[in-house]
Order: sequence, then structure tokens, then C-alpha cells
Amino acid sequence: MFSLKQNSWFIRKVVIWRAVASIAWSVLLLPVTAAVFVLLSRFSLFHPIQWISDCTSLLAASSTVFSLVVLCGVVLITGFFNLEFYTLVPAIPCSRMALLGTVLHPRQCVHSLVYCTMGMLVMWCASVTIGGRYSTLGTPCRQSESGEVVTCLNEYHLFILLAGAFMGYSHSFLGVVQNMYYVSFQPIQQYKYPRFKGCLPMVVKCSVIQALYSARNFAAFYFFFGYAPKTWISSTLNLQIDSSIQPLDSLTGLLDFSLLYHLSISGTFLYLTWYLTVLLFRICVTEAYSFPVQSTFTEDAEQSLPKVLAEKNTLVMKFLALQDLALLSHHSLSRRLEVFSLSQPGGHAHNWNAISRECLSLLSELTQRLVAHQDAVASNGRVKSQSASSDTRSASSSSSVVSGTEDIAETPRLSVPLRTPGSVFKSSVGGANNALTAPFTPDVNSPFSSPAIRRLVGQQDRQSPCFGTEQSPHIMRRGPKLWSASTESQSSGSPPASPATVPSPPAASQKPSFLAQWLQNRREQLPEASSQALFADSQAHIWALQGLSHLVAASFSEDQFGVVQTTLPNVLSCLVVLLEAVDRHFKLPHASSKPVRTICSMGDSTYKTLRFALRAALKTAIYKITTTFGEHLNAVNISTEHRKRLQQFLEFKD
Amino acid sequence: MCSLGVFPAPVTAAQTLLERNNELLSALHPGEHPQPCDLPSPQFTRDTLKGHSRPESSSRSAFLDQRDTLWMRSAGAWRDAGLYGLLDEITNSAEEVPRFLAVGSACVLALLRWASSFHGSLFPHLTLSSDEMVAEFSQMSDSALRSFAWHPHTDKFAVALLDDSIRIYKSNSSATPTLKHRCQRSVCALQWKPLCGSALAVACQSCLLIWHVDPTSLSTRPSSGCAQVLSHPGHSPITSIAWSPTGSLLVSASPVDTAMMVWDVAAESAVPLQRVGGGGVTYLSWSPDGSRLLAATPSALFRVWETRMWTCERWPCLKGSCQVRKLRKLSITVFELMYAFIYFFKLTFFSQTSWDPRGERLAVLLKGDSQAVNHPSVIAVFKTRSSPVFELLPCGFVMGEAGAEPRFMQFHPHFQHGALLTVCWSDGRISHVPFYFSSAGLLGGDSPQQALASNTADHSSNKLYTEQIS
Repeated sequence: MFSLKQNSWFIRKVVIWRAVASIAWSVLLLPVTAAVFVLLSRFSLFHPIQWISDCTSLLAASSTVFSLVVLCGVVLITGFFNLEFYTLVPAIPCSRMALLGTVLHPRQCVHSLVYCTMGMLVMWCASVTIGGRYSTLGTPCRQSESGEVVTCLNEYHLFILLAGAFMGYSHSFLGVVQNMYYVSFQPIQQYKYPRFKGCLPMVVKCSVIQALYSARNFAAFYFFFGYAPKTWISSTLNLQIDSSIQPLDSLTGLLDFSLLYHLSISGTFLYLTWYLTVLLFRICVTEAYSFPVQSTFTEDAEQSLPKVLAEKNTLVMKFLALQDLALLSHHSLSRRLEVFSLSQPGGHAHNWNAISRECLSLLSELTQRLVAHQDAVASNGRVKSQSASSDTRSASSSSSVVSGTEDIAETPRLSVPLRTPGSVFKSSVGGANNALTAPFTPDVNSPFSSPAIRRLVGQQDRQSPCFGTEQSPHIMRRGPKLWSASTESQSSGSPPASPATVPSPPAASQKPSFLAQWLQNRREQLPEASSQALFADSQAHIWALQGLSHLVAASFSEDQFGVVQTTLPNVLSCLVVLLEAVDRHFKLPHASSKPVRTICSMGDSTYKTLRFALRAALKTAIYKITTTFGEHLNAVNISTEHRKRLQQFLEFKD
Repeated sequence: MCSLGVFPAPVTAAQTLLERNNELLSALHPGEHPQPCDLPSPQFTRDTLKGHSRPESSSRSAFLDQRDTLWMRSAGAWRDAGLYGLLDEITNSAEEVPRFLAVGSACVLALLRWASSFHGSLFPHLTLSSDEMVAEFSQMSDSALRSFAWHPHTDKFAVALLDDSIRIYKSNSSATPTLKHRCQRSVCALQWKPLCGSALAVACQSCLLIWHVDPTSLSTRPSSGCAQVLSHPGHSPITSIAWSPTGSLLVSASPVDTAMMVWDVAAESAVPLQRVGGGGVTYLSWSPDGSRLLAATPSALFRVWETRMWTCERWPCLKGSCQVRKLRKLSITVFELMYAFIYFFKLTFFSQTSWDPRGERLAVLLKGDSQAVNHPSVIAVFKTRSSPVFELLPCGFVMGEAGAEPRFMQFHPHFQHGALLTVCWSDGRISHVPFYFSSAGLLGGDSPQQALASNTADHSSNKLYTEQIS
């Protein structure tokens, strides 16, 4: 899944090197965090001189160097996972089932396993560094009855190792729930070092809090289930259990201040190592990249901004190109002039045409997505479900023959430009975060990829769990339905499935069982999630809006050849249509409810408020154009409705 | 050489009405309308507005002292005054707690006090209480008005009053929405969002409020659901806010917090920009083209940020008596000018300046001496011209009614016939002083409005492409 051949030049030349730089910085930071860890783990208030000398000798010891080598390996694997799993469009599970499916996805299981192992490795290093009673798994002990010295199980060491595995799993689990691999862009540009410095306190705070939570949870976990791994390890490795020492899975054993302190210190170290790697990766990847507006040589043509914007396969490149567009439209006069320039032989405005076409197609695609969602959604904000209960199955199946054919006849307008809403999602959003950028935004979205589960639930294998249920009712009817899908489609002779739908295998049983009812309940939409999912990639739209509006506004004084004026009606009508769609979307229940703010978590929750940011950016973009052009807008050839709407903006009444 | 001596002598005890033919007139010929523009000029008196309720600590003396359990008192102290209160409570009730706890908390308290007094000796403003700080670092005055802001695009302004409510006045409209919110206390600054019809940012004591007041709505009391609350731990009281000219970012500053916050308001996310020197940020101002941001600190230091990569440079401290605190009221357009002023003319007693959007009139609020009887605050108005050389000519003093002193002022952002200065007086009156003149030349394109005006002038002859083909 990780092959350089099929990747674009951008990933080969830029993203890989940025990831390598971030990993290198994390490796370089490792000795510093390790030294701080050593200092804290050996801390003794009453013997400061001995403490310092102990620590310095320990830092130079060979065991520490070996630990550092192991930790470097851990950082490398973490960095590789970051590069492999990062996504610019978060996967938003729209129902509890989808979330469960994501957590149980085989890829996620592998991820959890690797993180458990890494957690154990780091904790092993930590226990070796702390030394004392934690250092080895086996300790010599004296048997009580015979008095001979045998090797006993050191429960402290086991405790720390299991804590590492536990923290690794919870990191991996929270990574899915909190979208740890989602990389968001900051509203302002900063150099890497100031940005890192600014984020560092937050990361330290997050890792401390997360370590304390994990320590508490693990202590509870070990209290209840600690007996099982202990006996298993002791029987496999043939280690005795020292009965003279208080067992750790008891209340008195766990209420050991020194143990809990070392547990939370090592946990903080573990989380800090991972979080720093994630942070450095985010900072490096989201750094602005300047694409040339016009390429001088033909071999560089694919690297120029208009070409890159049209690129759909490499999402990260498209995002960075849009960011670059927004920045150049705002800050750089010379690059704006390049955009407005004409081609030398021929005098065509290729640059502007290509850029505006890409931005407009991006925005109109969002408009279509919103309209399709509004069609699909019932007035109560939940997605209309054709087979909400299996009792109405017969009724709906009888009507689906008629309605299905009617839909085909009625909606060529919808289906021709879009093919189907499903295919739109597939090619634009789903495609963007799925197959096309294969190695970088892996397919963790389709939770039910195993055929058995798919058969159980009868869900189509969609790119994203939300978009599968978010389609217009026509498509829902056409596609296979829950539990009774295939039989209906066979019996009613419904039209051939759209390219996006895969005919599901026959349902396991005709009768809905209790399990089915339960699953149906779990598949209920989480409120607000579908709205979040619709706007998941809206950062691109925000940049497109900013870039477009600034360029149009700048063209008022800078565009010598009038290249922008020819597209001005298109731009304005596109913006107004999008505004109408967005306004209608915000009238839906749950769409305008604000998400709960998480105080401290490494997972980025920017995507939850992207729809508000998009709405604000859209209005600002329209205002930018209307205030610049003023009364001249009356001369622009747009429809009366749109003119009326723009008049409101001219009067600042919106 | 510029001196106040060359100014025309102020006419005392007569309100300045307008400027015409290069003269500031306080009386009109009979038969002339005093207010050609129908802008509302409301007046507020202190008596009609009830100030916000006293803080809870001061109302304690009105009640009988009742002994709670130690736990209750500790919890209350923690809630009211944080860690200090808790430690203080434990130290004071030494007979109820174990001895080691009382001694320990007394030691920690002494250590904390020592550390904070050391910190306070570096940055004296940190010893002020929150209310005092708000009074010190904001434009707050003794009058019923606390803050004032024109809308950048329409004939609409917002006034923050003593009772922590905000009223919005529009020309040609009798509806005056009143904004009240639970968190809206000690309003220090108001600013309308540029390129937006509705959003108003309010800097409050504990948070930042963004009101969305629908311009078409006739409601006089928008619900608090129209307000977005933005807060960040440790970032209060907020005394200054500044929208970027494109309306995409909002920067807020607090004298206590060394970091200023750059907010993406719609996404409710903030990026802290921390610089330790100076001990806080008291005043912010964007340059009109949005490329630079001035941030003044309570001590003798200020920074100019460039807003592309957000790096900053420190500006040198002024010689002699450091008046940076006064500089906080400057707008960055007049920045270099005022720098020269202070440096060369030692004109260090003004507190506020405002430049009209065309760059032809500059109003300077000269701070009076509250002790001296015959030495009130006045507004001196200069005529300015930037081409071919920078010129600064005296125009006159703007006087209010007898006994009223100007508190703050702002030029109307787009007055058609010249410039319009809105002044808030100490007696709670808001008046508008129009300056009628025909624009002689345009100041260099450092203001978007000016750039726009010059563009319109240049392009008025050649029409838009679409106009030509149609």
C-alpha cells in the first residue's frame, strides 16, 4: 500500500521530505524528553546532590543508550503511521454502528496491536530507566516453606508493561474517536519554530492529563482483571508468585504512592513521545507551499498552480494549492498580476480561467452536495429512511416499482450532470479521501468491508458511512435496502444499480431478528454528525472563497485586460446560489447547534465548526466583492433574483 | 514649527457645530439647518442608568457572619478567590485543621505572595485589581458612556453604556436594539466586523462577545442566543480588540496575559501569540491595509507585527519620560507622525487621536488637567495633506457645551461631503461635527477607502467591460 511509483510528484518531492523532517526533529527531541523523564523519575527531595549525580551517571549508562535506540524505533514507527494514516478530511461516523465498525476495522485492529506493542516497549524502557523494583520481570525470592531461592514474578514490572499496552490501546482507540490523524490548518501562517513553541505547553498539558486519566483507568482495570495476566505469565514462564509481597490487584497494593507516581510519569513520557511526533508532523505538513502561477518550462507545467488545482488525486496537494491561492490573492501583488496576465502568443487568460474554473467547480459541487442532502433529509433533520421499520417493507416494495421507474423518467436533470449523488460523493469526497490518495488517506472509512458483516447489515459498501445514508430517496429506493434489499430488487425488477452501488448478497434471513432491531437502532443518525460530514472538507471551499473574492476585488484596480470581468457573472451567481444552499442547510435542525468544546485533547476538533467558518467566509467573500464594485454590479449580467440578493449585500442588510 | 499658539482662539461656552470655508463655526446664519445629516445624537445621564451590581465580596458586610463547616468555607473560598482564598481560609482557621496543614498553607501563601510581589514589581500593572485595570487601560470615562463604535460601512453606531448594555443607533430608523448578556460586564471596547452587516465584537471583563444583530430585524432586545461567547483561560480582562480589515480574524488583548489571541471567530478557535516582554498587551490596532498590527504593552515597549507570517519587531523605547501608555490610543496610520510628534515636539499630553478616512483632518484629544480649573480637555483639529510634502495645518478647536469635556471621538467612516467627527462628551451627549470641504488631494494609498476612492476616480472614465459590451 505504500508505493512511491503511483504517487504524484508532490508526495514524492514534498510530503515525504516533510514527514522525514518531522520524524528527524522528533528523534532529536527524544534525548531531551528522556533526560527530563530520568530527572523526574529519580526525584528525591531530601538528597538533591545524590539525585543529580545519579541522574547524570544514569544518562551516560549503556542501558539508557539502548533504551534510546529502542525509543527511536518507536518514534520512527509512529512517524510512519502518521504519514500513512493522516487525513485532511476527517472520517465522521454518522451513527454508532459506523463508529463501532471503524473501531473494529481490521486495519484499526492492526493499528491498535502495533500501538500496544510500542506502548509496552516504551514502558519497558521506562521501567529499566527507573530501575529499582521495576527493572526486571523475574526477581529472586525465598520460598516460605522450603527456604530455597527461586525466581519469582516481579509484579511491578508486569504492571508497568501492561499499563503500556493499555495506554497504547487507548491511544489508538481515542485516535479513532477523536480523529487524531485529522490534520487541520491554522487560520494564520506562522514559522515552524514559533508554532511549535506555541503548541508545546498545550501538548505537555494534554499528555499529562491523558496520562492521569489512563493511569486511573488502568488501575481500575488491573484491580478487577489483573489476576488473569498475572497467573498466565507466571504459568507460561514458570515463575513463582511471591506470596509474601502484597499482590498489586488489591486495594492496598494499588494505593502505593510511589507506584502511581511512576506510572503517571512514565505514562506522560509515553504520550508525550507520541504527541510530539504527531504535532511535529502536523506542523510540517501544513506548512504553506508556494506553487508557481506560470511555469517557464514545459516539464514544470504540472507543478504550476492552475494544473495543481485541477488535480484531484492528491488531496494534500490540492489543499496546499488552495491555501497558496488564498495567500497570494491576499498578500502578493506580483503573483496576482501573473494570474491576471494573458498568454504571450494568443492573448488568452489561461491562468485566470483555469483558476476560476477550478474554484467555481469546487463551490458548485458543494452546492450540489447540500441540495442533495436537503432533498434527502426529512423535515425533522433525520435522514428519510425508506425501510425504517420492516413492517412497511411490503408497502414500500410495491411502490418502489412505480416510483423507481418514475424517478428515472423524472430526474434526468439530476442524474445527468451528477450521474448520481452517490457518484458525486464517490468521485469528489469519498474519492478524495479514499482510493485516489491511497497511501495517505487510507480507507478506514468503510467499516463493513468484510463480506460477512456486510451481509449481516445489508449495507452498501460506501466510501463513507454518512454518505451512504445521505442520498436522495430516489437513489435509496434504487439501491438495495436493509434486510430485504436483494429480494425486492429481483422481484420488482428495479432499474440497474447506479455505478456506485454494489448489489449486496442475499440477506441472511427474511425475518428481522432482535439483533436486527438493535442494529437498526444503532444505525440511527447521530444528530449534527451528518451536517459535520457534509462540510468535512470545507477548508478547501473556504480557501477557494477567500482566493476568489480577493482576486475579484483586486481585479478592480489591478486587472489591466479585464479578464476577470468576463467571469464575474459566473462568480457572483455561484456565490449567491451557494449562499442560498447554505442558508437552507442552516435552517435544518441540529445544523446550527454548536458542538461542545473539548478542553484538552490532542485530537483536532476544527472540523466540527467548519460549517460556521464556511458560512462566514462566504458572506465575507460576497461583501468583499460588493463593497469593491459597488454600483458597478448593476451592470453585471446576472439574473434578477441574484441581483436582488446582492442588493441586500450592497445595503449591508444581510 | 507647529505650536498650539497658531490655532485660532477657541470660542468658549459655545458648541462647535460645523466647519465651513475653513472656519469652525459655533453659530449659524438664521434660517440654516444645524444638522443636515439625520444622525441620531442621543444623550445619556448617569442617573438614568444603574451601574452594574457590586461585586459579591463587597456585599458581604451587609450580612451577619455565620460559621459554616470548614469544608463549606474552603469550597466557598476556592470558588470565590481560587487558590489564594483556599490557602488563606486554611491559614485563618488554624484551630480546626491539623497543625502541619495550617503551617504548610501559611508557608505556601507567603511564598506565593512573595513571588507575585516580585512579579508585580517588574510589571506594576499586575497588582491592580481587574476593575482597576479595566479603568486604567480602556477608554472608560466618568460619563455614562463607556465605548463607542461606528459601523465601517453603514450609518450605524453602537454605544456601550455604564449599565453594561449596548445600544445600536441607525440613521433613518427609530428602532434602537439594546444588547444585554450575562457575561457582558465592564465593556472596554466595541468594534464592528468589517465586510459584514451584523457582527459586533465586544470586549468584556471575562470574555469576548460576538453579537450578531440582524440589521433587518425590528426587535429591540435581541436574545442572548445571538451572541457568541469566546473565552480562553487566563485571557481576561480583555481591554482591546481589533478586527482585521478583511474581517477574517479578530485579535484580542489583555493586560494580564502576555499572549494576544488571534481568533477565527466562526470556528471559535484561537491561536495565542506569546511574547513575554512587556507583561501584557493593552492596545491593538491594524493598519488599514491589514499588513501590520500594533500591539502596545503596559510597560515602555510596543511591538509591530507583520501579519503574513506573524513575526514582530520591538520598537525602541521613547527617550525621556516614556509615554508609550499614551501611545496606545494611537491608530497605526498616524503612527509615524505621532512618533515624530512626541520625539521632536515633546507634545506628550494628548491621549487620543483620530484621522478621518480621507486623510484630510486629524483630531487630537488633548488631555486636560483635572486639578486646574481652567484647563479642560479639548479637541484640536488639524488639516493634513500628504502630497507633495506632508503638511499639518491648524484648523481649530472643537468645543462642546459649557462644562462638557470630550471623552472619546471617532470619524465617520464614509461621510460624503468631507469628514464627520463624532464626539462623546462627559455629560453623556453624543454629537456630530461635520467638516465640509472638497477633497484637495488624496493621501497615499494606505487606506482601503482611499485606494478605493482613487480607483473609482481613475476608472470612472473607462467603464467596466460588461458595461461596454452591453
